[in-house]
Amino acid sequence: MAFDLTYKPYGEHAVLIEWPAIINRDILMDVLFFRDNIVHDNIKSIINITSGYTSLLVSYDELNFDFKIAVKALKTIRNQKHEPIKSVFHKWRIPVCYDMAFGVDLEVMALEKNMSVDDIIKRHSETSYTVYFIGFLPGFLYLGGLDESLHIPRKETPRLQIEKGAVAIGGKQTGVYPGESPGGWHIIGNTPISFFDPSKSSPCFAKPGDTVTFYPVSLKAHQDIKTLVKAGVYQIESEVIDD
Amino acid sequence: MIKVIHPGFYSTIQDLGRFGYQQFGVPYSGVMDRYAATLSNQLLGNTKASAVIEMTMTGATLEFLCATNICISGADMRPQLNAIEIPLNKSMAVHAGDILSFGTLKSGFRCYLAVSGGINTKMIMNSRSMYKGVTDRFRLAKPDELLIPNASIFDAHASVRTHSDYMTSEYIEVYKGPEFNKLSVSEIKKLKSTSFTISKDNSRMAYQLEQPLKNSLEPIITSPVMPGTVQLTPSGSLIVLMRDCQTTGGYPRILQLKETSINSLAQKFTGQNIAFKLVNY
Repeated sequence: MAFDLTYKPYGEHAVLIEWPAIINRDILMDVLFFRDNIVHDNIKSIINITSGYTSLLVSYDELNFDFKIAVKALKTIRNQKHEPIKSVFHKWRIPVCYDMAFGVDLEVMALEKNMSVDDIIKRHSETSYTVYFIGFLPGFLYLGGLDESLHIPRKETPRLQIEKGAVAIGGKQTGVYPGESPGGWHIIGNTPISFFDPSKSSPCFAKPGDTVTFYPVSLKAHQDIKTLVKAGVYQIESEVIDD
Repeated sequence: MIKVIHPGFYSTIQDLGRFGYQQFGVPYSGVMDRYAATLSNQLLGNTKASAVIEMTMTGATLEFLCATNICISGADMRPQLNAIEIPLNKSMAVHAGDILSFGTLKSGFRCYLAVSGGINTKMIMNSRSMYKGVTDRFRLAKPDELLIPNASIFDAHASVRTHSDYMTSEYIEVYKGPEFNKLSVSEIKKLKSTSFTISKDNSRMAYQLEQPLKNSLEPIITSPVMPGTVQLTPSGSLIVLMRDCQTTGGYPRILQLKETSINSLAQKFTGQNIAFKLVNY
């Protein structure tokens, strides 16, 4: 890989690895590739790895952490000439009900953007979004790829309570609220799919590198899917990405 | 079992926290003051990772439904067993029917109650630390009953040298954060020389400081953060992230607290002052 990486100490027992500050899928794939190789190397003192758009935070056991030794080991992993670890990525299809009953900000947004509500729904559900990482709240996916015509500043006054499953737009991003929370994004719909299940060892179905598309469903279909999700029998539509 | 008669201002069950789940956006959580919590466990012969009750500002009133040994460390909230004051940092035998209560806060801000063998609530993602959306409950409430292991009372003579200066010291030791070098010379000077006041916005998630630090730093591309990270917002607010903080953030990370300084800050509250002391890696 041709990217220039920097290694910085971050607190007493962590290394921050940074890529050039550009958000794109190539850099994301390289971040995840390096992460997978670190995981594969199974260094016992590493207790946690978190990724962002262009960075990896590698945290170590507090005892005997030495920044220089840690970086040397990471660079060795980086420079290894080994078989690439081939991760499997998925393309998820997520049902969203864009009915006004859920999409409480659709009309305001349509006025502000001088578009029809149908146009907003069409453009939002036509895009394939890349999952960059999960942060902000447990199960909150940072999705890249929102159509520029849908970019809109966050609301000046955040709502104190946003429903679980709310699909929203804020700034240049779109996302799904995985649980009830306050928030300042414009709510355009709701999905019956659960994005975070703390009872599972892998609590999120999606992971960085996957893609997500939203497709419109009726109020009735939303209700039906919700029932299936609650019963634990709903299968989210997905396929393996070939690239 | 321990029965919650009154939960106090804000009490939760905590252990050392969750590790390895930050990739799902799950906070680290865990005891705010690791020194005090670990001390209370040590004095009972518990493992470091045993779950304790963390009480903030005012203590809880608890009834023991079985015999065990307890130890209280951290903030001095004048603990009482059956209305008789008991010491901190000492293993104490309790019997079924005993009532533990607390008086007014004398020093510190967070107090820890350890019981022999640790509090035995359900593990979620390898931890018992309460967090909204992760554990079923996110704080203690009346009339919760908390499972504790059966333990026979023992006479404990374990003595550990304890210190409490860390709770009162104004100095918070910090390393340079990833974006420290984006600060100007005058901004660094101000950061080092200002006595910062803890605002009323302080919680297990973050402590916001009152004095603004005027700056010209650009936001960063959203990137990982951790407990002890000091963020600087465009409006100049300094936000010190604590144990329940988000896993990623978009504000420049100008400082990183030493682990021991996170413990110190956890024992401070609204209106108290701190000063950052930069230490080298």
